[in-house]
Amino acid sequence: MSYIELTDITKSYHAGKNILEKINFTIEKGEFFVLVGPSGSGKSTLLRMIAGLENVTDGILKMNQKIVNHLPPKDRNLSMVFQNYALYPHLSVEQNILFGLQAKKVSKKEQKKRLKETAEMMGLSDFLDRKPRQLSGGQRQRVALARAVVSEAPLCLMDEPLSNLDAKLRAQMRVEIRRLQKQLGLTLIYVTHDQVEAMTMGDRIMVLNDGEIQQVGKPITLYNEPANLFVASFIGSPKMNIGKAEVKNTSCFLINNTLSFPVGPILQEALKEHKDIVVGIRPEHIQPTTHHEATHSLEVVNVEQLGNETTLAFDVDGELWTAKWPGQWDIMAGHQLKVYISEEHLSFFDAQTKQLVRPASFNSQEEVQAI
Amino acid sequence: MTEAAATLSQEDYILFEQTKRKHRYKQFIKGMLFLLPSIVLFSVFLFYPLLRTIYLSFFLTDASGAPTVFIGWDNFVTLFQSSIFQQSIKSTFLFVLYTVPLTIVVSLFLAIIANEKLRGIGFFRTIFSSGMGISVAAASVFWLYLFHPTIGFLNIILDTFRLEKISWLTDPSWALIAISVTTIWMNIGFTFLILLGGLQSMDKYLYESADVDGAGYFYKLRRITIPMLSPTLFFVVTVTIINAFQTFGQVDILTQGGPQNATNFIVYSIYREAFTNYQFGSASAQAIILFIIILIMTIIQFKLGERKVHYQ
Repeated sequence: MSYIELTDITKSYHAGKNILEKINFTIEKGEFFVLVGPSGSGKSTLLRMIAGLENVTDGILKMNQKIVNHLPPKDRNLSMVFQNYALYPHLSVEQNILFGLQAKKVSKKEQKKRLKETAEMMGLSDFLDRKPRQLSGGQRQRVALARAVVSEAPLCLMDEPLSNLDAKLRAQMRVEIRRLQKQLGLTLIYVTHDQVEAMTMGDRIMVLNDGEIQQVGKPITLYNEPANLFVASFIGSPKMNIGKAEVKNTSCFLINNTLSFPVGPILQEALKEHKDIVVGIRPEHIQPTTHHEATHSLEVVNVEQLGNETTLAFDVDGELWTAKWPGQWDIMAGHQLKVYISEEHLSFFDAQTKQLVRPASFNSQEEVQAI
Repeated sequence: MTEAAATLSQEDYILFEQTKRKHRYKQFIKGMLFLLPSIVLFSVFLFYPLLRTIYLSFFLTDASGAPTVFIGWDNFVTLFQSSIFQQSIKSTFLFVLYTVPLTIVVSLFLAIIANEKLRGIGFFRTIFSSGMGISVAAASVFWLYLFHPTIGFLNIILDTFRLEKISWLTDPSWALIAISVTTIWMNIGFTFLILLGGLQSMDKYLYESADVDGAGYFYKLRRITIPMLSPTLFFVVTVTIINAFQTFGQVDILTQGGPQNATNFIVYSIYREAFTNYQFGSASAQAIILFIIILIMTIIQFKLGERKVHYQ
């Protein structure tokens, strides 16, 4: 019994070209669901269809087991936070927060009570008389959130709410929104193009590209077992290194004509089915040779010192690969560097279908640490 | 060493000051060059005539407009005692009262419906704003035929409903109304366009947010559209009032100030005084009075309006 159910949802503005193509997914009550994808992927359109601000061209949209395709936004019992906050510039913070309640003719007493609670929760009690233009970006963001909170709607939609904030504030608001959602037990659908936001906030993530669902799942699943090359390169920062694999002979294969690996039994089987294989490896899996013996030697092109970690860029037959090493490493650009790459950290994709053939097989043992 | 540095900086300082002054002088000359065309045009067509009008208002003149006898405030005193001028001021204010609110209300209504996203709305927007492209003279002649006592469309309509015909332009109780209707019709194009522009520049997210919040159509109109439109409305009201005070063309063509001076608005009265009666002194005095009235009206508006208007 899912809370929101989309069946074959399709959207097109002009006949012929579909912006969204047969979208199917469900969202559970109390879930933090993130829609992520590059700009133009249709994620905002999808959210606006759920809100009722855009018509559904085809398909069935259900909320609470009821079909809501035809319902106007106000009858869907939801709240929404817009990218530019959509605060009324001529109204004070207090009037902005109460706008919806007054529209719905909630009693004065109830309005007062909810305003007080919300303002306290969002830390806005001292700003109630101010106009939006007298507030900082973060405070405006809080007013927009307060409007959603005060409506007490069980479902909240957010359309890139943090994209107008600076990096520091964004990190802080990520935590606040997450906490708010848990505290109020909200079902939250959150649209973003930022995969870091998606990974850090979502209970589940849906990756969207070109109007099609790429993968739906938990953040860690998306990271460890990306369903295709798009998800593999979209999720994770720096992005996954991708190289073309070429089988030299029965015992070894070459990536980008440079890195040679032995052919294991799993790969042999996979190679029977898939002609061309593309290999992906996460930056943290090109490792220093402290605990392991060097397997390969690569030319360092660039070094970025971040203090707590060091990002290295290598030239692998014309393509830039990155590695992320914890700690500080005194390495000069232009040198050859010995690294350790384990065959089991490689993910394999079919070059034609771009689908995952075999995920990296490290997951359960060393990386995830259960408490 | 510090002494050397000090003397050096002293010289440098003087040089620095000199260059700065030179630079500022150059900037000033450049700025004046840019302003020159406007200064010349305004001086010839605005500042000089204004001063000349003030000067003339204290004189009696001959038929060619040359001042003959200085009479001080006499022109003004005579004017305020003249029942014709009092009537003129009264009908001007009545005219403003009839035209301005109606123009604004009708244009606002048209702008709001033309702001909806409907098929073929461009056609209606063009129609509603087309009044702007018609000259006052052409529009007046057009209305002259509509108001015609026997073949006029308005009287034909009245006739079909078996109502008594109205002599629109010759009946003292109807002439002012007839001129007002004409003026409203002529002004709608401009005010409509400005108001539509104001509506179009509004952020659509505000309305979407209000939709999600459960606001109805009229609630949105009252709480969002009108307050957000207030700067535009304020501008339109100010301009329409000033325009109404300066109405001339339609009066000249439709009624020539009659019947019984019912539509003898100040500007028309100035024209008659100067070019029919050749009383340039008295006409100048009327012009000054009109100027002061408009000035006061505008100041009052700004004083009252600014508080209510929301600027972004």
